[in-house]
Parts: sequence; structure tokens; C-alpha cells
Amino acid sequence: MSLFGDPHFAWRNAQSALNSAGPQAARIEAYWWLIFAVSALALILVVLAMFYALFHSRRRSDLEPEFRPSPKLERSRGWVVGILGAVTGVILLGLIAGSFATDQALESFTAQDALSIDVIGHQWWWEVQYIDPVPSRRASTANEIHVPVGRTVALTLKSHDVIHSFWAPNLTGKQDLIPGHEATLNFRADRAGVFRGQCAEFCGYQHAYMGFLVVAEPPDQFAAWLEKQRAPAMTPANPSQRRGQEVFLSRDCALCHTIQGTEASGKTAPDLTHLAGRKTLAAATLANNPSTLAAWIVDPQSLKPGNHMPSHLQSVRLGGDGPSGLLNQEDLQALLDYLGNLE
Amino acid sequence: MSARQPMDPTNFEPLGHSAERERLEQTWSTPPGIYGWLTTVDHKLIGKRFIVTAFFFFLAGGILAMLMRLQLAQPDNRLLGPDLYNQIFTMHGTTMMFLFAVPIMEAMGVYLVPLMVGTRNIAFPRLNAFSYWIYLFGGLMLYSAFLLNIGPDVGWFSYVPLAGPEYGTGKRADFWAQTITFTEVSALAVAVEIITTVFKQRAVGMSLGRVPLLAWAMVVMSFMIIFAMPGVILASTTLIMDRLVGTHFFNPAEGGDALLWQHLFWFFGHPEVYIIFIPALGMMSSIIATFSRRPVFGHAVMVSALVATGVIGFMLWVHHMFATMVPNAGKMFFTVASMLIALPTALQVYCWIATLWTGRPVFKTPLLFVLAFFFILVLGGLTGLMLASISLDTQVHDTFFVVAHLHYVLIGGAVFPLFGAFYYWFPKITGRLLNETAGRWNFWLFFIGFNLAFFPMHQLGLEGMPRRVYTYPEAMGWGGLNLLATIGAGLIAASVLVFIGNVLWCRRRGALVGNNPWSAGTLEWATTSPPPDYNFHPVPVVAGPEPLWERATGLPVVAGLSDTTREVLVTTLIEAKPDHREELPGPSLWPLISALALAALFVGSIFTPWAVVWGSIPVAAALIGWFWPKKRETEEEVAEEVPP
Repeated sequence: MSLFGDPHFAWRNAQSALNSAGPQAARIEAYWWLIFAVSALALILVVLAMFYALFHSRRRSDLEPEFRPSPKLERSRGWVVGILGAVTGVILLGLIAGSFATDQALESFTAQDALSIDVIGHQWWWEVQYIDPVPSRRASTANEIHVPVGRTVALTLKSHDVIHSFWAPNLTGKQDLIPGHEATLNFRADRAGVFRGQCAEFCGYQHAYMGFLVVAEPPDQFAAWLEKQRAPAMTPANPSQRRGQEVFLSRDCALCHTIQGTEASGKTAPDLTHLAGRKTLAAATLANNPSTLAAWIVDPQSLKPGNHMPSHLQSVRLGGDGPSGLLNQEDLQALLDYLGNLE
Repeated sequence: MSARQPMDPTNFEPLGHSAERERLEQTWSTPPGIYGWLTTVDHKLIGKRFIVTAFFFFLAGGILAMLMRLQLAQPDNRLLGPDLYNQIFTMHGTTMMFLFAVPIMEAMGVYLVPLMVGTRNIAFPRLNAFSYWIYLFGGLMLYSAFLLNIGPDVGWFSYVPLAGPEYGTGKRADFWAQTITFTEVSALAVAVEIITTVFKQRAVGMSLGRVPLLAWAMVVMSFMIIFAMPGVILASTTLIMDRLVGTHFFNPAEGGDALLWQHLFWFFGHPEVYIIFIPALGMMSSIIATFSRRPVFGHAVMVSALVATGVIGFMLWVHHMFATMVPNAGKMFFTVASMLIALPTALQVYCWIATLWTGRPVFKTPLLFVLAFFFILVLGGLTGLMLASISLDTQVHDTFFVVAHLHYVLIGGAVFPLFGAFYYWFPKITGRLLNETAGRWNFWLFFIGFNLAFFPMHQLGLEGMPRRVYTYPEAMGWGGLNLLATIGAGLIAASVLVFIGNVLWCRRRGALVGNNPWSAGTLEWATTSPPPDYNFHPVPVVAGPEPLWERATGLPVVAGLSDTTREVLVTTLIEAKPDHREELPGPSLWPLISALALAALFVGSIFTPWAVVWGSIPVAAALIGWFWPKKRETEEEVAEEVPP
């Protein structure tokens, strides 16, 4: 069974260290190919040497142990071993130099005029805050980071609970989010595209489905997107959507989720102000469409066992005019209408 | 090889008189029956028990690995849920590291070291019995918890705060932490025994320069245990205190630090890898020397390389933390150390190749397993260089690339040599040879299965697959390589089954091949196979690193050791000159009772801090019983005492 019911999503190479989309990942990839070549050569030489030694060992007809090998022969072999050791040492120093050069290059990428974004790790989703000196120009979203192509992005990484690790391999290496510490991570996307990332530090039940997307788009497109994110949520446009909003605000949803422009201001779950504009649900676990959204609301625990969203399966099954707190079919449809409108 | 025996090791055996042998038999024998089984202090019995127990844990860890591979064989698989999968990968890592790899290396040391250095028992034989019991109880506790579905689920590394009181609910993480305490106490005890045995109980004439490489490796391993284990005992104890009595060592909200845990854990955790790897290097040297029909090339270089690896092994723990916010300038030091530790191992590889080159290789199963090292371990070492680079590590750290790397290093560097060692020393332990054809099946299935299982993981890691995920979306495109890995794991399982069959069959029906079937040169082959309770009679004197090769007509011997008490000869540290005679203690129930009391304290302290208070009373009582002076010994000592 595929959680992505949508064949449109194929992430092969969208989360790969060998398909760099920015200068940081490209530098690391270049060093990878260097060390890979050196290592492959070294491995081949060692195996060849072993076979050579096995089949060109001195032919003796007997198995009498030679407990005191001839000193002359030992000395000449000693030279060979010594020279090999020295060569190995020089190669290792070369690899160390290459590694330092790569580290230096990564440090030297300018972070001036960088776009500042706070990323906060939660069990098991990513909170994303676009920082701005003007409070009203800040924007909040989840599990989907839009960045402008060609501009450095400076992430400030924090954790809300346990240790997570932010890793979008096409863009740069990973950085841990450790509670009690703040970390920074800079990267730049040099080509447009949708890249996937994923938590890389074991963080409990749903470590496996703690993904996110990095959407790199041309600057003007990005600016338009960000402007839209700053706006409050769309107001309901028809009775069904109005009912959906009522459902959202009166049931348990609003305890955890925020929808800007409404009374819903829970902070422990993703901000849903512009939910409909996102490509995925549940931390890059499901494609975002009405049927997956319905499945997620009704039974998140079977799709992503152990996550913190309560199941509404019982409520929907009971249906009808159940006691308050239960979700009937009509309410669910109205809720989907409302959420589907939150572009 | 058995066709032509260049020396007959029994040549020197008949020197002892049979009456003397009978007295020795009586003095050194283990009491019969269950009482004897519980009280024995014979390093061979305890060593065998240790090996078999560790092998059982290897099988348990292997079954868990198979379950993980089945779960990951296809995307979005629902065979195991996240809850069970997290327990299983935690148990797999904990089992393989703490209940298999380190203990089996110690176990090989417990069995082989006293024989290799030519003494009649290991130093501190009762402590040895104690260390086995403590290890067994720790393992049983962990598996009891797992089978009761309260097993640990936060990884074999138990990072806080996930393993801390706030997020690691229940007693799961406590069982993990306390298992560590058990194994560490056991490991420390064995380390002290091995160091003392090698330093003080060597055969006369076995100066430091003549100590076999395996014994050297065991000494380096033991020193590493002594320096590394306190770090993790500190870590696991403070974790339990955080969880049980509300200390805040790792709680950032109260001034603690989550990063502190990582430093403490990896200060132990990285040396741990070398604790496993270094004894395997010693086994490599033993096997290569015997099957090349010559001593290992560059003995001094080999010893220096072992010691250098042991020292540098303590300088690179931060390379597990390159993705944390440790400052870059600090990380660079660890890059250098992590790369340079490759040098001593490279030198050993070159020396072994030189040994094969100048020797006369004999292709038997033990040598095959050892030759696999030249491909698998070398590959694992090279990927280790990649992990040493800070920037490259940030890409591959915590991905399947690391899973591939660590299995190449640990299976190629330790398990392959270990299987070679099983084939090599099996005749020593049982007097019978393992079947050669089955050995070849064992080897090739393992070799092919291993590479099939783990090589694709390098690519999976580079293509973005993180470690410790219970499943992955189909759209990631990782399904094919994962299926391949699972097939490889199946071949490994088949190979281990062949091995088990081979052992079960051959321990009763294998070919009887005499005392020294490989015509090896080191002292463990100078006695009968299997060895008598007293190991050697008479005790040999050696004049070179491969004494059996040099004195093919029999060894000079030491006379004058008592045959009515458990006396061993203590020699000087450097020259191994005779120093004095020391009486070793005999069978006793106290080590078992002490281990039970200590186990009760450890297990109880998972649930209440008062267990430490009340539990220490039976521990103290048991230790008093253990060390209570014996009347006969006191009288003898008084008689020998010289008044001032």
C-alpha cells in the first residue's frame, strides 16, 4: 500500500546527496567523488596485492614452518611495507587537506542578505517561521519551506521536544536540532525544483514519516507566495464552508492548530492557515487532496501510528447527531470544504 | 596438513609421571554434577560457557535483524509497527554490541589467553566466574523485559531527552541502562583478569617480545575496556538517576545538557568498536601465521600498531557528533584522528600480505574467513575515512550509508575473523575438526550474503534513506535495493545455520585429529586437545615467539610446582623470569551468590532508589563470605611468616 496514492509524487533523486541543487551540496558531492575514487583504487590494489601474495608466495613443497625467515628477504619486504605505509600516510594527509578545504569552502559562502527562517522540530513535524522585523510581516507554515532560487537561506534550528536532525541532501548536509541549543544552517538553491528532506536523528515512533519539502522557486514567485502566507486565512465562501469553520472551532481541532484570522490558535500542531496551498499532509507523508485529507482527519493513527493527532474514527462511525465532540459525515464534509478553501 | 606433522606435541607430555598427573587431576578438577557446574573456576569451562552464551545472543540479535530486514523489504510495509520496530532495532544494537561482540571477544580471551601464555588458570578465577554470571543475568534481564513487551525502544545509544524521564516513559530505557551496567561490570572484571594473566603468569622465557599477537591484542582490548567503560557506566547511572530520582544531568530546562550524554556515550562508544576489532586483529595474526607456515611479518610493527590503534581509538569520539553544534575548529582535530587511525590498520594489512607473500599459504576454512577481511574490512575502513570528513559526514551521518559502514567494519573486521577463529580453535576445544566442506558453504554463503545485504545500503544512504526508520514511502524509490538487502540477509541466516549444523555434528562425530592439527606454533597447542583441567603438565619454558616450531622435539619445562594445591608460577613483567609461586583459589559458590545479590540490586534500582540501600546488604554479606579467610590458608601463612 502506498501512502502517496498519487503517482505524481516520485521522490527518487529529490532526496539525494548525489544530485546537488546548490553550492553547499555541490562542494560536498565533489569531495565525495574524490574520496570515492581514491578509496576504490585503494581497495582494488589491496585485493590485487592479496591475490598476488597468495599465488606468488614462495613455492615450497613441504609444510615445515619457517620460524626464522631469512633476514635478507625480510629486510627487502620490510622496505616494501615501509614505503606502502609512507604512501598511505601521504594519501591520508591529502584526504585530510581535501576535507579541510571543503569545510572552509562551506564556511566561506556568504550569508549576507540571507533570508532568515526559523525551523522548529516537533515530534513528528516541522514548524517553519519566516522571520521579519515587522511582526505583521512574519509568516508561519509547516513541513514545506519555500525558498527563492539564488539567495542564501539562513535557517535557525530549534527543537521543541527531543533531538531531530534537519536534512535536505540536495541542498546541504544535516544539522541536529538539540533542545537547549540553537543551531544555524545556510544553504542556497541554484535551480528551481521541489526537494524532499527528512528527519535524520531517531526521535521516536514516527521518525520514519517526519519529512518536509523544500520548494525552490524564482524570486518573484517566491515573493508572491510569501505575501500570500502573511495574509490571514480565506473566509468561508459558502454555507458548507461556514459550517466547516464552526466544526473546526467547536471541536478539538482548534486546541492544537492555528488558523490565522480565526479564534483557532493552538500551537502544538501545524499552522493550517494556508493548508490547501501545500503539496503534502502529515509531514510529507501523504499527497494533499480531499480524499487523503479526509482519511487523515478520520484515522490519523492508522496512517501514522503513534502521532499526536487524535483519531476521529469512532466519531465518524457513530455519526448522526451524536453527543458533542463527535464528528458526523456531514460535519466531516463541511470541514473538508472549509479546509480545502484555505489556499 | 595433518598428513605430515612436523612436530609431535605429545613429545613433551610424557615427561610427567602418571601419579603426578593423577594428583594434579584431583587438585584442579571441577566437582562433578550441578554443584560443580555452579562453582567451577576453570577458565576453560567458563570460557566455553561464555562463548556459547554470547553465540546465543548473536542468534537472538540475528533473528531481530532478520525481522527488520523483512519489515524493510518493501515500502510502506505494515508487518511490524513503529512501536515493535523501535524495540527490535534497539534490541538488535544492544544485543550485538553489549551481549555478543564485546563478551565473545572477552570469552575467547578467557579461554585462550591462559593456554597461550602457558599457565594453569586465569588470574582471579573466582572473579572470572563472577563476571560470567553477571553478564548472563544482565542479558536475561534485558530479554525478559523485551519478551514482556517492556523492552527498550530508544536505540542502543539512548539519546536524551528521548530516553529521559519526559519522553522515555515506562521503564524501557531503564532496562537498557541497567543492562549496560551489568555488561560493563563483567567486562571490567575480565579485563583485569586478562591483563594480570598476560603480565604476571606467562611461561618462563616468554619475554614481552615473545608474547603472541593475540595475547597482545587481548591486553590492548583490556586496557581499552578499563579506560572506556567508566564513561558509559557514568552515563547509564546518571541517566537512571535522572529518570528515578529527578536529577537533571541531561535536562536543559534545569541547567543540564543533552549534548553531555553524547560526549559520555561516545567517549565509550567509539573505543567500544576497537574493543571488538582489536582482538579480531589478534585472531587474524594467529590464523595467518599458522596457515602461512611462518611467523607474522614485522612482529614489532604489529604490536605497535595494536597499541597505537588502542590509543588513537580514544581520540575520535566526536566524529559521531559532527552534525551537532560542536565548533568546527574542535571537530577538525577529530577529523585528523579519525583519518590517521587508518594508518596502523593499513600497516597490519600490509604486514599480513607480506606474511602470505613470503609464506606458504594453506587454504583451509579459517584462512578463507581471514582473507575475506582484506575485502570487507578494508572497504569498511575506507568508508570510515569518508565519515571522518566533517562536511561529507553531514551528508551520510545517520543514514544507511553508516549502517553499511559499521557492518562492513564490525562483521568484516570482527565476525569474519571470529568465524575463522571458531574453525581454527574448535579442535583445541573439542579435539575434533569441523567439517571442511560445510565450512566452505558456511564461508561462501556468508561472504555473498553479506555483500548482497550491506553493499546496497551505501547507495541507499547516499540516496537519502535515514537510519532507524521503520518504513519508507514507495515514492522514494528505495524498494529495490532494500529487497536485495533482505535477500542477502537470508543468505547470511542460511550460512549461520550451516555453521550451527557443522558444530552440532562435529562436536561428537568430527574427525579426531590429535593435539595440534594445524601444526601451529603457539603454546595453546602444546597440550592435549581438549586440554586437561590443569592445562599443562609440566609447565613449559619457551625460547621464542612460536615455541612449538622452534623446539619441534619438545620444550624445556619447569618443575617444582605443587601438585596438591592450585599453584601457578608468577613471572616478571618484562623478562618473564620465575618470580614466585601463587596459589589460586578453587571452586566456590560465592561468585554466583555475589552475582545474584548484585543482580538483585541492579534490577531493583530500576524501580526504586531504596534497592541501592537495602540491596547492598546482601551484596556485602556475599562478598564477606567470598573473602572470608580459610583456616588452612591462614595457618600456612602464619607458619611461613618471618617475625620482624
